[in-house]
Amino acid sequence: MIVEVGHFALVLALAVAAYQFAVNLYGASRNDAGLMAAGRMAALAQAVLIGLAFFVLMHAYIVSDFSVENVFRNSHSAKPLLYKISGVWGNHEGSMLLWVLILAIFGGAVALFGRNLPPQLKARVLGVQGSVGLAFLLFVVLTSNPFTRLSPAPIEGQGLNPILQDPALAFHPPFLYAGYVGLSVAFAFAVAALIEGKVDAAWARWVRPWTLASWTFLTIGIAMGSWWAYYELGWGGFWFWDPVENASLMPWLVATALIHSAIVVEKRNALKIWTLLLSIFAFSLSLLGTFLVRSGILTSVHAFAVDPDRGFFILGILTLFIGGSLTLFAIRAPVLKAGGLFAPVSREGALVVNNLILCAAAAAVFVGTLYPLALETLNGAKITVGAPYFNLTFGPLMIPLLLLVPLGPMLTWKRASVSAVGRRLWLAAALAAAIGIAVLIVNVRGPWLAALGVGVGAWLIIGALWELSERLGAGRVPLAASWSRLKGMPRAAIGMTLAHAGLGLALIGIFGLSFWRVENIVAMQSGDTAQVGAYTIVFVGETPLKGPNYTGVSGKFDLLRDGKPVAVLTSEKREFKPRGMPTTEVGLHQTVAGDVYIALGDKAMNGGRSVRMYYNPLASFIWWGAAIMFLGGLLSLTDRRFRVGAPRRATVATPATEAGRV
Amino acid sequence: MTRKQKRLVMILSGLAALGLAAGLVLYAISDTIVFFFTPSEMAEKHVAPGQRLRLGGMVEAGSVASADGVNHNFVVTDTIATTKVHFKGQLPDLFREGQGVVAEGVLQPDGSFEADTVLAKHDENYMPREVADSLKAKGVHLGKGAGP
Repeated sequence: MIVEVGHFALVLALAVAAYQFAVNLYGASRNDAGLMAAGRMAALAQAVLIGLAFFVLMHAYIVSDFSVENVFRNSHSAKPLLYKISGVWGNHEGSMLLWVLILAIFGGAVALFGRNLPPQLKARVLGVQGSVGLAFLLFVVLTSNPFTRLSPAPIEGQGLNPILQDPALAFHPPFLYAGYVGLSVAFAFAVAALIEGKVDAAWARWVRPWTLASWTFLTIGIAMGSWWAYYELGWGGFWFWDPVENASLMPWLVATALIHSAIVVEKRNALKIWTLLLSIFAFSLSLLGTFLVRSGILTSVHAFAVDPDRGFFILGILTLFIGGSLTLFAIRAPVLKAGGLFAPVSREGALVVNNLILCAAAAAVFVGTLYPLALETLNGAKITVGAPYFNLTFGPLMIPLLLLVPLGPMLTWKRASVSAVGRRLWLAAALAAAIGIAVLIVNVRGPWLAALGVGVGAWLIIGALWELSERLGAGRVPLAASWSRLKGMPRAAIGMTLAHAGLGLALIGIFGLSFWRVENIVAMQSGDTAQVGAYTIVFVGETPLKGPNYTGVSGKFDLLRDGKPVAVLTSEKREFKPRGMPTTEVGLHQTVAGDVYIALGDKAMNGGRSVRMYYNPLASFIWWGAAIMFLGGLLSLTDRRFRVGAPRRATVATPATEAGRV
Repeated sequence: MTRKQKRLVMILSGLAALGLAAGLVLYAISDTIVFFFTPSEMAEKHVAPGQRLRLGGMVEAGSVASADGVNHNFVVTDTIATTKVHFKGQLPDLFREGQGVVAEGVLQPDGSFEADTVLAKHDENYMPREVADSLKAKGVHLGKGAGP
């Protein structure tokens, strides 16, 4: 019965989405306050209904109601509670329900919190959101209904794919989806602005927090996925340049560009048309990502068995929204007038360079991801574009951008002086260069690219902290004065410092792990020792293992450094009961300098075990860096400028803003 | 600078960035792509040894052998032709006899294949699409849930 309530709520949400789409857009065009108020209620009702459906499904998982096909296929009564809950989105139908739920929550949040939005703009934003919701709810109800019943009900479920039974992966999809779907708000704002033919500083101020929130969620979502791949998949890598990973990287790159270009629109009333286009691209890439992951059209190490027919449905949605919004853009963009002027060397100029490079990098990733598909369609050749391609294209594009990052915040708006920035930053640059050269000398036989990476990472961190300390007057004013300046600073400025420094930290980790990793694969009997990096590993032996829903063996290893014991590591091979599917749990010893990583392998014919060991220098920097970027995003979101005193649209147009309007 | 000149600078810098990206992409793509073959395609097309490629098919039943747990030998088959593969390392958890596999590496002069990567899957029902397509094209019957 409860399941039918959820099913009914879902179908009702579909009808409400259609209503939300129509009443908002029609109400806005008529400027009818009553209709627009109804539109706001529709957005809220939509969030409540889908939320209800979602919790009903979650309830079915928690109580193991195997009469629901989706629960039967993806759950098992012996599964720990956390994985019963995360199992809701650990499959196609449930994850699409999560997708529309997050979409509806964003729509409801716009309806609730966008109090100082002009009613017409708000109604149009909600209308566009409603259209996206309508399309995806149709997809869920018609092709991927999670509430389908089974009769007779099976006694036991088939279990969740054990590789997904992991804490980091339990929360990876919600965060990633919050990032993907959050970009729909920027998209809706862009389409609404195109319909109105009006983009101004106030518009940018309203869009920025939503874009920033998406970026923040995407950052942590990608980082969680990468962390999971690092220790759960057992190959010791953190990024595979796999289509599914690229699908999340592309929206991240464009969202990064968007949060920067929206600043220019807000502060200087320039780059307006470009920012609209970026908003459309960012969400288009989110849709593309959803399509790539859900259709299984590209071969991916992360792919799960999928149904290609669903892919066509999403492809249809993709075509409709990207084609529709770009057509609207082509018709309406000429109506928007260009805004403020600026010299090539200026804060605006630097942000333009940021946008150009990020978009070029996203384009390079796009080509590498879709080229195999295009080639196969054209002449049937099956090819793979792997890491070497991305290292050759993405790397050289990003390094110049990273070098420019510390300069950007130092430049003044409109017109900046290179020599003034040089005078302020030369010491920071010298410090970073010294670190890079020191690494090069110490590591003279190692790859020079690693020294470059560490140098650039240091430059980002030092540059970010340098700018902050200049603002605080560190060393020039008393500490208490610096502290009160820090408290008085806009939180977004501190957020930016954190995000840039976190990026530098992650970069150091990425280069350290990629260029200095030590790998050793040996067959070991109990008592054998092996060497990896500066560590000695002793295989103590293996014991049988019994978990709630798996059996297996656990291998115990003593970790020694300079003959002294440092840690005891265990690595497990688990066999999950319902599916008989094996997984490996790696043993990980993390220090600031690097990680020791042990993965238990297969039993050899001579009775030993193959053991794979890595020493991954600086690996933890990657995720610490990402976590700091995430914190930076969160801190910026709490900036009161985004909430209080958000600008009202100027009613009496001054000549300056008039030039920027229609 | 006038508005027009500024716009020109913007457009030129945009084109420069795109040009650089396009150049890098073209250079990288010609150099780094890896072709996919099944054992019989490898025989038909007379693939030269030394080239980096991906080999896909099914792991022949009873062919997997590893004396020391580190060096693995197995045979990849598309039921028409077979290729012997040697791989040093750890096989992925879902590597099994009779199931689809993709190995990346280099074809040796003696016709065997030296793999440095054997691709993992996340799902026991998943079969790499190339493998599924190629096998289907050769009329090989695929078992339940064997890929799209």
